Amino acid sequence: MGAPLLEIENLSTHYVSAHGTRVIRAVEGVSLSLGARETLGIVGESGSGKSTLALSLVRLLPPSARIASGRLLFEGEDLLRKSEPEMRRLRGKRIAMILQDPMASLNPLFTVGDQVAEPIRVHERAKRGAAWRRALELLKAVRIASPRTRLGQYPHEMSGGMRQRIVGAIGISCEPRLLIADEPTTSLDLTIQAQYLNLLRDLQQAHGLALIFITHNLGIVAKMCDQLAVMYAGRVVEAGPVRQIFNAPAHPYTQALLNSIPRLSDSRRRLTAIDGQPPDLGMLAPGCAFAPRCTRVMERCRSLEPPQATLSDGRKVRCWLSVASAVDGADKVETGAA
Amino acid sequence: MSILEAECLSKHFAGRRGLIGGHRGVVRAVDGVSFAIESGQTLGVVGESGCGKTTTAKLVLGLEQPTAGGIRFEGKDLSTLDAAGRRHYRRSVQAVFQDPYASLNPRMRVGAIIAEPLVTNERLPASQVRARVLELLNLVGLPGRSADLFPHEFSGGQRQRIAIARALSLSPKLIVLDEPVSALDVSIRAQILNLLSDLQAQLGLAYLFIAHDLAAVAHMSHAVLVMYLGRIVEYGETRMLVRAPKHPYTKALFSAALPSRPDERREDVVLAGEVPSPLNPPPGCHFHPRCQLVMPHCKEQDPLLTETEGRQVACHLYAAPPRAGLAAPQAAVDFGPDRP
Repeated sequence: MGAPLLEIENLSTHYVSAHGTRVIRAVEGVSLSLGARETLGIVGESGSGKSTLALSLVRLLPPSARIASGRLLFEGEDLLRKSEPEMRRLRGKRIAMILQDPMASLNPLFTVGDQVAEPIRVHERAKRGAAWRRALELLKAVRIASPRTRLGQYPHEMSGGMRQRIVGAIGISCEPRLLIADEPTTSLDLTIQAQYLNLLRDLQQAHGLALIFITHNLGIVAKMCDQLAVMYAGRVVEAGPVRQIFNAPAHPYTQALLNSIPRLSDSRRRLTAIDGQPPDLGMLAPGCAFAPRCTRVMERCRSLEPPQATLSDGRKVRCWLSVASAVDGADKVETGAA
Repeated sequence: MSILEAECLSKHFAGRRGLIGGHRGVVRAVDGVSFAIESGQTLGVVGESGCGKTTTAKLVLGLEQPTAGGIRFEGKDLSTLDAAGRRHYRRSVQAVFQDPYASLNPRMRVGAIIAEPLVTNERLPASQVRARVLELLNLVGLPGRSADLFPHEFSGGQRQRIAIARALSLSPKLIVLDEPVSALDVSIRAQILNLLSDLQAQLGLAYLFIAHDLAAVAHMSHAVLVMYLGRIVEYGETRMLVRAPKHPYTKALFSAALPSRPDERREDVVLAGEVPSPLNPPPGCHFHPRCQLVMPHCKEQDPLLTETEGRQVACHLYAAPPRAGLAAPQAAVDFGPDRP
């Protein structure tokens, strides 16, 4: 395997309040990498920083946010060193994004054809006719029935599932290398969600895309992803291959999360609930952010933040329990952020 | 014993008039649905948008009047109740809604929110109301001092606990739970589902549980009702239905449910197309345009609910005994004995 397509190195994104009095560390010291054609799932609850991480990758953060540190290597180039015009040439062309709400991400005043053709006209300077012909092909690729008619219609004339597929068509219109999907199916019905996920997987194979799924739904990760990163309070607490994490979660949060979800296969089992609530990022106590809810909490968890430990199978875990086992065994511990 | 029985329940709405003002369509939001909720048990309702599950909940809550058919509560037909009987019914059936940010009045203190049903329905001295509020808060796992706070001081999961306490205040027998956890954080959902199970065991409550998360419905429910475009397609005991769904739509729905682990493989039945408009549902079996096992007579005849392998299924596949290599039957087939 060559160099990864995307390497996130020690990325921190903070929101600063108007007078600089309050800093919210939405993303803190995140390192992840993703190879070409790979699928990475980023899982977390609301407020865990997963959407801020996604927006950091394309540098579409609101003005109150700033990227405090880190490097974002995409095809070997640091995205954080690029100028805004350079970023604009990249977005939609090399890195595309699908947002959660297809109602909000399509413009109600333009036809679907115009919106699917827009990135092609902007990035490839194609003429309107040529761009519309490509748009027709794209609508066929996302399996929209009678695509020629649909091109001339407006978003309100279509169902939610169809709109989401159109957003998908816009995403792949310039054959990006990386597609970031932020909660792409939350507004869809179950059978439509299954259709859409299968479509994304087919597109990935056909175009050799790398995919990042931002979601709170572990089922989507189980179905779609090769790699998984679990976020809690701005940190990646566990990252590694999906199967390994599902079969033997190392971080107590990942364990608790997997146990708390009802399953179709053993439906009458009592759920193991996680006590307490996700923390307020503006008022984080010292130590591990999960400590107040952790069933295996130790003395030092409350005072010292655990460093990232690498387990023998290559998995990265931020927990003192893993640090202890890493010291005993062959696993190694990387000391905190450089 | 059934606490609530719905028989041939229907609710039709007049559709919007066309631009030219011609024909008015009728949306059969709920179309001849019969089910029973057992006392102390949970009936789960699943289906996609437009299948009629929310309208069914509204009919049960008495927020909509049925177009045809009726509901019997504790053996009494609701349409024949006098004012006192209706008051008793409304006290006995309560609801918890999806969004605890919208269902609690931000200008009322939590104590007043929980006490409101008591104040409007019972003449109790203030001290007894207060005592009951504290008791309810304790029941849903919130500290007593919560009574003096406002909803914005609570997280989503805690607000849903407040909504549950309010629903419990009149000691109801049935609670309609419309997507009670889908607005909550993943790590909080299990807390609320466990609380609901505990309350059911403790107070002998019956639930009508509506959700699109199949695993959550399967976890909570004793029986499951699967709806499609206003009609029941399959209805039976949960475990049996989850393990071996019969109706092609139920099969597809359960196959579309996301796996709980990466190595879990399901029979992959991906449906083509989308749910048709309820204003103009397909003739015959509403599901036939998306069904992979469609037969010619599915397009003409409505399938009736038939008892098959311990559950009810509305599908022509199970209505007629399979006759090898024969074309579709010409006339209506024998649908077998009606259920008792």
